Amino acid sequence: MAVLLLWMIVPLVMTVWFSFQRYNLLDPSADAFAGIDNYVFLVTDPDFWVSLTNTLILLASVLAITVGLGTLLAVLFDQDFPGRGIARVLAISPFFVMPTVAALIWKNLMMHPIYGVFGAIARAFGLEPVDWFAEYPMASVIAIVSWEWLPFALLILLTAVQSLDHEQREAARMDGAGVFAQFFFITLPHLSRAISVVIMIETIFLLTVFAEIFVTTSGGPGNATTNLAFLIYARALLQFDVGGASAGGVVAILLANIVAFFLVRSIARRLEV
Amino acid sequence: MATVTLRGLRKSYGPVEAIKGIDLDVADREFVVFVGPSGCGKSTLLRMIAGLEQITSGDLLIEGARVNDVGPADRGLAMVFQSYALYPHMTVRQNMGFALRLARVPKAERDRKVEAAAAVLQLQPYLERTPKELSGGQRQRVAIGRAIVRQPKVFLFDEPLSNLDAALRGQMRIELARLHEELQATMIYVTHDQVEAMTMADKIVVLQAGRVEQVGSPLELYHSPANLFVAGFIGSPRMNMLQSEVAGADATGVAIDVGPGARIVVPVQQGQVRQGDRVTLGIRPESLAAYDEGQLAGTVRLVERLGGMTLLHVGTEADLPLIVQTDGADVTSAHAPIRLAVDAAACHVFSADGLALPHLATHRLVARPEA
Amino acid sequence: MEKSLTQRILITILGWGVALLLFFPIFWMVLTSFKTEAGAIATPPQLIFSPTWSSYVEVQERANYLRFALNSVIISVGGSVLALAFAIPAAYSMAFHPTPRTRGTLLWMLSTKMLPPVGVLVPIYLLFRNLGLLDTQFGLIIIYALMNLPIVVWMLFTFYKEVPLEILEAGRMDGARTWSEVWFLLLPLTLPGVASTGLLSLILCWNEAFWSLNLTSSAAAPLTTFIASFSSPEGLFFAKLSAASTVAVAPILIFGWLSQRQLVRGLTFGAVK
Repeated sequence: MAVLLLWMIVPLVMTVWFSFQRYNLLDPSADAFAGIDNYVFLVTDPDFWVSLTNTLILLASVLAITVGLGTLLAVLFDQDFPGRGIARVLAISPFFVMPTVAALIWKNLMMHPIYGVFGAIARAFGLEPVDWFAEYPMASVIAIVSWEWLPFALLILLTAVQSLDHEQREAARMDGAGVFAQFFFITLPHLSRAISVVIMIETIFLLTVFAEIFVTTSGGPGNATTNLAFLIYARALLQFDVGGASAGGVVAILLANIVAFFLVRSIARRLEV
Repeated sequence: MATVTLRGLRKSYGPVEAIKGIDLDVADREFVVFVGPSGCGKSTLLRMIAGLEQITSGDLLIEGARVNDVGPADRGLAMVFQSYALYPHMTVRQNMGFALRLARVPKAERDRKVEAAAAVLQLQPYLERTPKELSGGQRQRVAIGRAIVRQPKVFLFDEPLSNLDAALRGQMRIELARLHEELQATMIYVTHDQVEAMTMADKIVVLQAGRVEQVGSPLELYHSPANLFVAGFIGSPRMNMLQSEVAGADATGVAIDVGPGARIVVPVQQGQVRQGDRVTLGIRPESLAAYDEGQLAGTVRLVERLGGMTLLHVGTEADLPLIVQTDGADVTSAHAPIRLAVDAAACHVFSADGLALPHLATHRLVARPEA
Repeated sequence: MEKSLTQRILITILGWGVALLLFFPIFWMVLTSFKTEAGAIATPPQLIFSPTWSSYVEVQERANYLRFALNSVIISVGGSVLALAFAIPAAYSMAFHPTPRTRGTLLWMLSTKMLPPVGVLVPIYLLFRNLGLLDTQFGLIIIYALMNLPIVVWMLFTFYKEVPLEILEAGRMDGARTWSEVWFLLLPLTLPGVASTGLLSLILCWNEAFWSLNLTSSAAAPLTTFIASFSSPEGLFFAKLSAASTVAVAPILIFGWLSQRQLVRGLTFGAVK
């Protein structure tokens, strides 16, 4: 355990250390103690606030879409219909696709204004094809990320729906509950713990979405899709400003802890951690 | 010789003390029952003996050797849990042989021992099944079998019958008593059910709030409860408790007015009790009888007919509730007026601090060890 | 519940519609991979064409697919096994010998997972360079194990929590030491959970793109790196890209299909129920 914690703490401490240094890989002679300069520079950088907002927008939108749609689809796939097993396997497939590939497919085969399927469909209806990543960059990224994570939400919520006690639903029907009443008063409360699990795990990954943005928009146009992860990447590897990037990293850790704190407050109790 | 000795045993969870200093000697081959209401610490005490709970202070000796710091695996004890705690992924045979397997006992010997234990418990037909294919009673027997196979120094039972239905519980009670006789083993048994305690124990330990209230044989506890708590806990239906005042006290006993002009003299040592002191008079339901010239007058509120016996719930003139145990042929009907005779010699008097005044004579069934 | 015929047909159409919609991008990727480069960018997109293996051949000529795939397998399996090896005892001590700090530790571990990996990239990079772990399979295995450790520990923890304490105590009374307690009782009892945790970890490792891109170049490079080499902006060849994507995704996708039942079983068993 001690070794384990050490492994996790060493990089953390190094990051904090670097964040107080003026350390640029392009200019090694300039190494010096910078105090909180990096942080001041960071919070006065408009990009930083934009990226922070983008991170949260991405998180909230994808969570809303995957949990909302995931719940509905879970109920749908709980119904018996011919070929349900195969349909379910198809539906959860996107979860196994690596984010890089997902981003590439969507960017080039789906959303490409000239060669993409969406463009073709638009033209078939006589509409002007949309250059998704130029006109709705954030929405496009949200769509891709949601496509990846919807199957995960579906998978978890479906198992939860299936574990629902049928007698409970029958009792509700005896009490005169219709389809919607059953869903809202029986199914949804039963799912609350599974939803917590989905939110918990997805949040962990959504805060650090990187590959999708890197492949599709590279944070652009401008800074429209720059999230915190990408901003730090841009600082560290494109501008070689290790000090600034480390400060961004520390801020990201703080953000993660704030989110974690709220997660604890709102849902961890249900997780019986 | 498997004896267990507790010396000043204490257990604290942070600032909360759950076990507040317990001294106890369990003799070889003795069947000792810890009994008490839920939360009294009886299970904690058993788990401390088992080694599943740390001992905060005091000494625990098994066969005279201090085992405070010996792990549960090395104390040579076996335990039967309330939930049975069978290993769900193993068959009955594997369940019962698990301890031997861990002890690297060769397979042939292991099988022999498991089969011997299964024979004692009539489990042979079920050896290859898994626990979930067994009924509650069968699972219970597997749990006991698992303990027997180890041939432990001491058997520990943690409320083993509380998950069974009433009929099965009665049957298992008898089987456990038979087992105790057959195995000649030391057993410590925890229950909240005083019937189990009364029927099986050589020695009962009544616990409350982490302390021992009284230790003694079942009948000793029944006929000479040391205090109000034991008196109320042992015996079903409960002992009737009347708040009273001492009318007089001398060498023949303590006189108490149970009603207007109705005085009884209970043959107990007068001790520190003086006329006018507040005391509690304890009357067992079977020490009351319907009798036209009885000292107590009242009205029957409810009649419970159990077949072999009848319980009358009576309200006295002073509006105190009393339970009277009469025989099954009793014809008293509800709402009838009734007069009750009190068997003064069988009554108990408790002083204001709740302690019983010792009887002048001991009950003939109670062999009092000389103090 | 009895349903009318129309309802059943509606559910079937809806279920299959959603499944096909979600699966469509993957299907399109596979389809495109069998087209010629010219066919891939034809407008309107071709649905019927004469399939060709030429893209696959070219991909294999440009990069040795098997070597990348083998790296992916070794690193994913290695990382998952290592993570489980660390997590099994760690989760055990957290679940059954909790201290007042256990809950905090667990959530803190999860929150570190929310940190963008780029935040600790520089320290890790320097560390790896000094230890000679850059571009080694072993280096990535360690990184992946650490990366997934919080989630693996947390999942195992929730599975362990489902095991009645009395069963372990019975084991202790039967003479089991910590090791045999874990080996003979805890692991068999939580096997579905451990398996699905391992599966999830495997999928996450396989799809991880950030560390593999930054810490490997050739010798230990997994399939994510392989894909990246086909996604450079200049000279996009849709068919080749699709072929490369298909072979990169196929192993884990097929693996996911085969194991989804196990995955679901494990998830139902623990965290969700």
